[in-house]
Amino acid sequence: MSATSFYELEQAPPPMTSRIEGELLEVSLGPQHPSTHGVFRMNAALDGEIVVKLKPVFGYLHRNHEKIGENASYLGSMPYTDRLDYFCSMTNNWAYALSVEKLAGLEVPERAEYLRVILAELTRLQNHASLLGFLLSDMGAWGTPLMYAFREREKILDLFESLSGSRMMCDYMRFGGCRVDPSPEWLQRAKKIVEAFPKFLDEFEKLLIKNEILIARTQGVGRLSAELAINAGITGPMLRACGVNYDLRKVDGYGFYPRFKFRVPLGDHGDTYDRLMMRALEMRESLGILKQAFEQIPAGPVMNPKVKIRAFKPPAGEAYGRIEGPKGELGFYLISDGSANPYRYRVRPPSFINLTILEDLCLGHTVADVMVILGSVDIVMGEVDR
Amino acid sequence: MIGFGVLSGMAVTLRNFIGSYFEKDRLTTVQYPEERETLPENYRNFPFLVYDTDDAEAGLRCVACKICEKECPPQCIYIVKSEDKKPDYMAKPQFYPRIFDIDISVCMSCQICVEVCPFEAIKMDKVFELSRRQRFDALLMGKDELAKSNTYYHQIHPLEAAEVDANLAAAAAKKKPAVESKATPSANT
Repeated sequence: MSATSFYELEQAPPPMTSRIEGELLEVSLGPQHPSTHGVFRMNAALDGEIVVKLKPVFGYLHRNHEKIGENASYLGSMPYTDRLDYFCSMTNNWAYALSVEKLAGLEVPERAEYLRVILAELTRLQNHASLLGFLLSDMGAWGTPLMYAFREREKILDLFESLSGSRMMCDYMRFGGCRVDPSPEWLQRAKKIVEAFPKFLDEFEKLLIKNEILIARTQGVGRLSAELAINAGITGPMLRACGVNYDLRKVDGYGFYPRFKFRVPLGDHGDTYDRLMMRALEMRESLGILKQAFEQIPAGPVMNPKVKIRAFKPPAGEAYGRIEGPKGELGFYLISDGSANPYRYRVRPPSFINLTILEDLCLGHTVADVMVILGSVDIVMGEVDR
Repeated sequence: MIGFGVLSGMAVTLRNFIGSYFEKDRLTTVQYPEERETLPENYRNFPFLVYDTDDAEAGLRCVACKICEKECPPQCIYIVKSEDKKPDYMAKPQFYPRIFDIDISVCMSCQICVEVCPFEAIKMDKVFELSRRQRFDALLMGKDELAKSNTYYHQIHPLEAAEVDANLAAAAAKKKPAVESKATPSANT
């Protein structure tokens, strides 16, 4: 007896008849695959080399994050948020802190708000830089661009380390402010790194953005229409690559973002090339925000002295705090029943929701393009599976 | 012109390759076991217990209040409180931890125990070479392994330790002005 394939189980006929005697080849890509950015599996049905069906399979890295959050205290959930999207722990911290602050109605000192903006934009820089490196290494430019990107990322991670004590698991923000006050030397160092960053961007663009092979691999590949993107709830650079002007920093104006002048880069075609360029352009805007923030940052406390983080009990109620993370809208929905643990703790992970349309992006492209498209979605499995 | 983009990319690679011989910021590799970078002041990795004076048993600042045990998110701390009290480093009778275990393999270095400790008794260490040859309980650290002197704390976090000592001295001075000189924990014993 032959084994039943996954689409026979679903009782769905393959959408296309094959040129080769009606037979499709079923390929399981991942979970152990260098280009799946962690333990992610795709069941693809191939007609020759063309993808006719693709089913994402995830859950290999499920760690019960939300249930742990319901059993941990409000403070105890903060280090767990680092482990969601381990590339951008600072923005995860901020989103969680923001929702707890909304829940309990806490004020944040001015300096802390500026610090949050600085750290979030630094996070965006290092996330986008490493994403570009990963994407290019998925396309076969193995190693070199990734190492150039990581060299820059490491400088920013060193900043995070000297501020918070850890490169990636920063656990830096608290509801009501930030944990440590950075020294003036730290701010100087950060300023120097930000000032040197455009040099890297220029070099990186020269390295590959005009490369003919890259253009052939990305332009017109994985095109996403604005309607589908909006209907599927896509956010972040992926949505803006389709030309939809939706950036929570402008729309929501959380934190001190209304005080900064910056533009929101928009794409035109919604293909992989636009998504790639979107990251490069966003980095330039982030540099502008950082420069303004370094000029404006005031002296003062970084923590609201009225907030006691231990045995913290917010009033009963619910709150949704969301920020524009590097990957999209990152939100935390908290329901409090007045006790020390949240009654419900829900994460809205951007990479998970951006991943849901993977099949629509991949249909009709070759199996080699699947990796490029997946790379341009920008996923981190820690956040997808939680 | 077709191919120009590829060539200009190659030129960048070549410049980086040659530059790595001359410019230090293009060559970022550190030959780790031989060369080491200095860790930043704020670097944290696993907790340890601070003791004053020279006696690790008597000088332990921990009074077994169990706040860190309760707050620890992955619950890697296990404390058994003593039944009797014994004089601490300030000659005040206090409870002490009969057992204080931290499972380093469970600890996620979040520093929450340090933040919530009202007695400045638990701090973050900087030791990161902790590989063990046994699989199971080799990373379960008992009180004797965790206790490290205040001098050591001053070595690894000089600024933070000085601030902590100043705070402790101020608190002691406020509490008992009569025995201030005796009560103040000395900074560099």
